[in-house]
Amino acid sequence: MSETAVPRAGAPRRVALMITCLADMFYPEVGERIVRLLRRLGVEVTLPAGQTCCGLPLFNSGYHDEATAVARRTVQIFRDAEAVVVPSGSCAWMVKHEYPGLLRGTVEASDAERVAGRTWEFAQFLVRGLGRTAFESDVDGPLAYHDSCHLLRGLHEGESPRVLLRDLKGTSVVPLPGSDECCGFGGSFSVRLPEVSTSILERKLANLEASGARCLVACDAGCLMQIRGGLLRRGSALRALHLAEVLK
Amino acid sequence: MTEPIVGTPLRQRAAQALGDRFLHEALDIATTKFITLRREAFDDFPEGERLRDRARAIKEATLQRLDEHLETLVANVERLGGHVHFATTAEEAREVVLDIARRTGARMAVKSKSMATEEIHLNDALEAIGVTPVETDLGEYIIQLAHERPSHIIAPAIHKTKGQVAELFSRELKRPGLPADPEVLTKIAREELREKFLTADLGITGANFAVAETGTVVLVTNEGNGRMATSLPRVHVAVMGVEKVIPSMTDLAVFLAILAKSATGQKLSVYTTLVQGPRRPGELEGPEEFHLVLLDNGRIAQIAGTLRESLYCLRCGACLNVCPVYRQIGGHAYGYTYPGPIGILLTAMLNGPGSVKELAHASSLCGACVDACPVRIDIPRMLIELRRQVDEEHIAPWTERVVFKTFARVLVHPALYRLGARIGRVLQRPFIREGRIRALPSFFGQWTKTRDLPPVAARTFQERWRDIP
Repeated sequence: MSETAVPRAGAPRRVALMITCLADMFYPEVGERIVRLLRRLGVEVTLPAGQTCCGLPLFNSGYHDEATAVARRTVQIFRDAEAVVVPSGSCAWMVKHEYPGLLRGTVEASDAERVAGRTWEFAQFLVRGLGRTAFESDVDGPLAYHDSCHLLRGLHEGESPRVLLRDLKGTSVVPLPGSDECCGFGGSFSVRLPEVSTSILERKLANLEASGARCLVACDAGCLMQIRGGLLRRGSALRALHLAEVLK
Repeated sequence: MTEPIVGTPLRQRAAQALGDRFLHEALDIATTKFITLRREAFDDFPEGERLRDRARAIKEATLQRLDEHLETLVANVERLGGHVHFATTAEEAREVVLDIARRTGARMAVKSKSMATEEIHLNDALEAIGVTPVETDLGEYIIQLAHERPSHIIAPAIHKTKGQVAELFSRELKRPGLPADPEVLTKIAREELREKFLTADLGITGANFAVAETGTVVLVTNEGNGRMATSLPRVHVAVMGVEKVIPSMTDLAVFLAILAKSATGQKLSVYTTLVQGPRRPGELEGPEEFHLVLLDNGRIAQIAGTLRESLYCLRCGACLNVCPVYRQIGGHAYGYTYPGPIGILLTAMLNGPGSVKELAHASSLCGACVDACPVRIDIPRMLIELRRQVDEEHIAPWTERVVFKTFARVLVHPALYRLGARIGRVLQRPFIREGRIRALPSFFGQWTKTRDLPPVAARTFQERWRDIP
């Protein structure tokens, strides 16, 4: 890591990591890399105990009472955090955009608003929270960035990950045609209409191949599960990695 | 009215569409073109974003006083010598049009493209009383010849390649050996239709807007057929959803500035036809009678309903073009009059939430539709709301409810969540090959049929946390 500048004034020095169910269960290495990276940047990382899932799958499928119960618990877990960092845009969106609505009029309402205001997606936190953009690449490029839908259209964040990749030393970045198009994951959509989900994925994979990149980079564990799952099944030499796995 | 295709499950309909190579090719070319043209149109139009906000605000304000605007519209249309009919249901709307056809002794009706008349299944009803409906929009003409339904809101024959259209025209118009040349085919359609325009007694159109303060019905077309259908026949009937009323001509300017850009990327459509009542004394053209049918069909209930925002819809089709699901399966697989993301909402509005228990899930909730919508209708939010209603009213299968409710229990009990990870690790053992899962039985097989699945980690992140150096 080449960054030596002093972090942005007023930047949070202590963050709580919301690991998310997918990263916890399937991609723990992503969490590890985030912890190491943040610590090297002088940020203290905590992992509030008892984390499960943000409840987005429940919410999106229309089980709103159940999602509210999950939101209440999660807000209680993170209520005292100075900043919450989340390695998936969709989970960050759930906390920032849906928690306040679900908990409106309850005793957790103000906590939900506060947690929502302090929650960052990982790339966003590095760039906008810490003001850090200069990193080295840990993988061979060229790299191509895939916008996850919730991060791009939900949190309007297409810039931070691109800034990080643009400033990345030791590799090149190429544009991904249709980078803002969905990968076809969509949570339960991927198994309710698996043929459609896969057909959408094929389009993403074809665009990735056409880009000339050797590795796709994304900021959402859901997209990665879908895209990586597709690449592996096709025996592709291309990889799909979380941004945290690329930064060094 | 029931629609036969809905008898098969959505998944099967979608799979069938995915297997159609021609459909795939036609959709890919057309939607990609629409997306690019739309983007370029707005890139060249810096005030576009502000006008979209303005248009949305006008729609919302109009809905808040819809009754007053409709009263003004009715008064002005009548002042101009037109007749206004109010139809609560599709059946009532059909009856109004059939009555007019019977009374005026009509034998043939030329139609300009109209989703409202598709919604009420007017063509079948006209045929049943011996009136021949002739679709005069080129795309509609094609699908009428093919005995199909529109598969896109503005490009009804989007699912057909030019080769298929050439074959269709050769067969149906008895002109064998036509080339797959759009120019030749259009010319033939033009010849066929010209004669119909001159003989038809009835002109039937929809309406893109109706301006309350002036009593003007506005049609936006590219082929000029709207102008012919409203001026040549003796009688003109316009059928429109009540939500299409807008207060003033100033408002119309706002919508016209963004409608065509969103739909086709054009600055304006080729023809913007303003109709004000029947022919007046001294005028050389125009119909002797003008009728405006105001269609409710579930719309008014949604003013206070969860689908309220879908009443902002301008029917531009932009959300279809950008929808990853629509781009894969096309419009027919949706199974109802209105396809695509907005179509799911309109289907629920017309037929109740039970009709979309599958369709409400035909979306990855990617949000591309909201970005493309000229009035920024939050379609994903309403899809989620429909999913909630489907769940709450127990329309969803009980197995699904059990799965989600169990999942919810696990998520509020960390001990159960940890236990879940342990159980997963045991159960997955026989299926792991080279560090990944390639095949799983039953439900999980829906994933593994086409994609590998990562196994639950030997130690979850929360289990490793203490040991991270």
